[in-house]
Amino acid sequence: MEKAIKKFWPVFLLPTLCAFAIGFIWPFLWGIYLSFHKFTTISKTTFVGLDNYFKVFADSTFVDAFWFTAAFTVVSTILINVIAFALALALTRGLKGTNIFRTVFFLPNLIGGIVLGYIWQILLNGILTNLGLPLLALDARYGFWGLVILMCWQQIGYMMIIYIAGLQNVPGDLIEAASIDGATSLQTLVKVKLPMVMPSITICSFLTLTNSFKLFDQNLSLTNGEPGKASQMLALNIYDTFYARSGAQWKGIGQAKAVVFFLLVISIALIQLYMTRRKEVQQ
Amino acid sequence: MTTAKVYHDGAVSGARRALDAFLTALLAVISVVWIYPVLLILINSVKTELSISTSTVFALPTMETFVGLDNYVYGVTQMNFLSSFGYSLVITVTSVVLILLCCSMCGWYITRVSGAVSKGMYLLCAFSMVVPFQMVMFTLSKTADTLGLNTPFNICIIYLGFGAGLAVFMFTGFMKSVPIAIEEAAMIDGCNPLQIFFRIVFPILKPTMISTAILETMWVWNDYLLPTLVLDIKKYRTIPMAIQYFRGSYGRVEMAPMMACIMITVLPIIVMYLLCQKYIIEGVIAGAVKG
Repeated sequence: MEKAIKKFWPVFLLPTLCAFAIGFIWPFLWGIYLSFHKFTTISKTTFVGLDNYFKVFADSTFVDAFWFTAAFTVVSTILINVIAFALALALTRGLKGTNIFRTVFFLPNLIGGIVLGYIWQILLNGILTNLGLPLLALDARYGFWGLVILMCWQQIGYMMIIYIAGLQNVPGDLIEAASIDGATSLQTLVKVKLPMVMPSITICSFLTLTNSFKLFDQNLSLTNGEPGKASQMLALNIYDTFYARSGAQWKGIGQAKAVVFFLLVISIALIQLYMTRRKEVQQ
Repeated sequence: MTTAKVYHDGAVSGARRALDAFLTALLAVISVVWIYPVLLILINSVKTELSISTSTVFALPTMETFVGLDNYVYGVTQMNFLSSFGYSLVITVTSVVLILLCCSMCGWYITRVSGAVSKGMYLLCAFSMVVPFQMVMFTLSKTADTLGLNTPFNICIIYLGFGAGLAVFMFTGFMKSVPIAIEEAAMIDGCNPLQIFFRIVFPILKPTMISTAILETMWVWNDYLLPTLVLDIKKYRTIPMAIQYFRGSYGRVEMAPMMACIMITVLPIIVMYLLCQKYIIEGVIAGAVKG
């Protein structure tokens, strides 16, 4: 059977492979190549070795964007997962209106990042003005918390759904056994439910971590990096380096930044998976 | 949940009832807060342009400031919303159909044929899901230009390349649990691999198809950066591009029509969501388990 299918590989494998080569493999390899070059147009490139990379770390906007992104990622990952898990616990108690609550909480996830950013810009600027505070675009601290709130609003529902599925998979007899042994509901939560939903925690923390770190659309529409570049995250900083700065050197530096960004994302993802997978229990 | 309850005595279940009532009330309050941002936009989208400022944005429309659907009419014509909607629709439908067809075939091949090619393809797919778009955005847009893949009618090939990772992952994840016996029986009965795939495997894959379709649709429909970099913004604007362009291109942003545009962007999504909520939520769970 395997041999017969193998003969048909041009039909089954080739279309995806070609598109994959055009849409991912080639741009990826070319991107790495270009990060070692100075260029304004792709037809005229000069090899500059590691020069672009040195300039990346000498660029203070990139370093600032890194710390902004790191802080944002930590805060939003923790907030989203804690709140989503709490909501999931509340929604697996069989309360009245559970379905309506679930529907409402998940809704923002379907709205695109650009539109989300503008919705919150209008709302948050309204609140800030009425409190007599500066607008979002004038103070990076408000920009930061604005992004955190927006991210929570968008992602909590999604993660909540995954946690609900995880909690529903905890075998009822385990909880029953804990309850017979005299465990309080807090003990049941910490000693039984939490270890049993560890796979969900792995997935949700992975998704929130990488989503937050790679955030672009929301950053562009909510603050566009203002004031100055103070609320710029890494993805927006790279975009800005490519398309908003004039000067022959910036495209190469932008590509080098993208490679550094890629390496950061990969290492975060691998470390996170390693850390949480260790804690999972076999069912 | 219910089994645990049996072992509580009367007093505890009374406390539990009180807690449940409190939680229900709390969740109800949170729900209202949750949909408030959308309501705020809805309220403001029917007010006059002059009555909206950052300090009056929370005021309800009055007799003087209510303008009905004027902003919608103005916004739709200014933004050329219908053509944007058309482009978004064409791109999303062609991309999702192409992704489903090609990736289900590829996923089946990978699970049924062992060897370096299959393994390599699988690893590449997993890898491509983690790589941030910024890594390839510049070179990808140049490649798309060179190959002429820069219209709404063939950008789906780029989307297939970039969306293949998730889809192949979903299909292989499901195929692994499907017994090979039926396919072998069909082969003995004289089916060739193409017939096996389309007559037997394809129908089995239906639930995964729906889940994958939903995840990919959510992505393509809302995607901003890829079409912005690949398409010619003067000729073709998808909905997210139009919203961003509408914001960026005028000296002073016209708030009221802008909010009307946001509403017409959001409303179809909400309607779709309420209609196929079950599938969407199942799709999300399936995607999370495979990812």
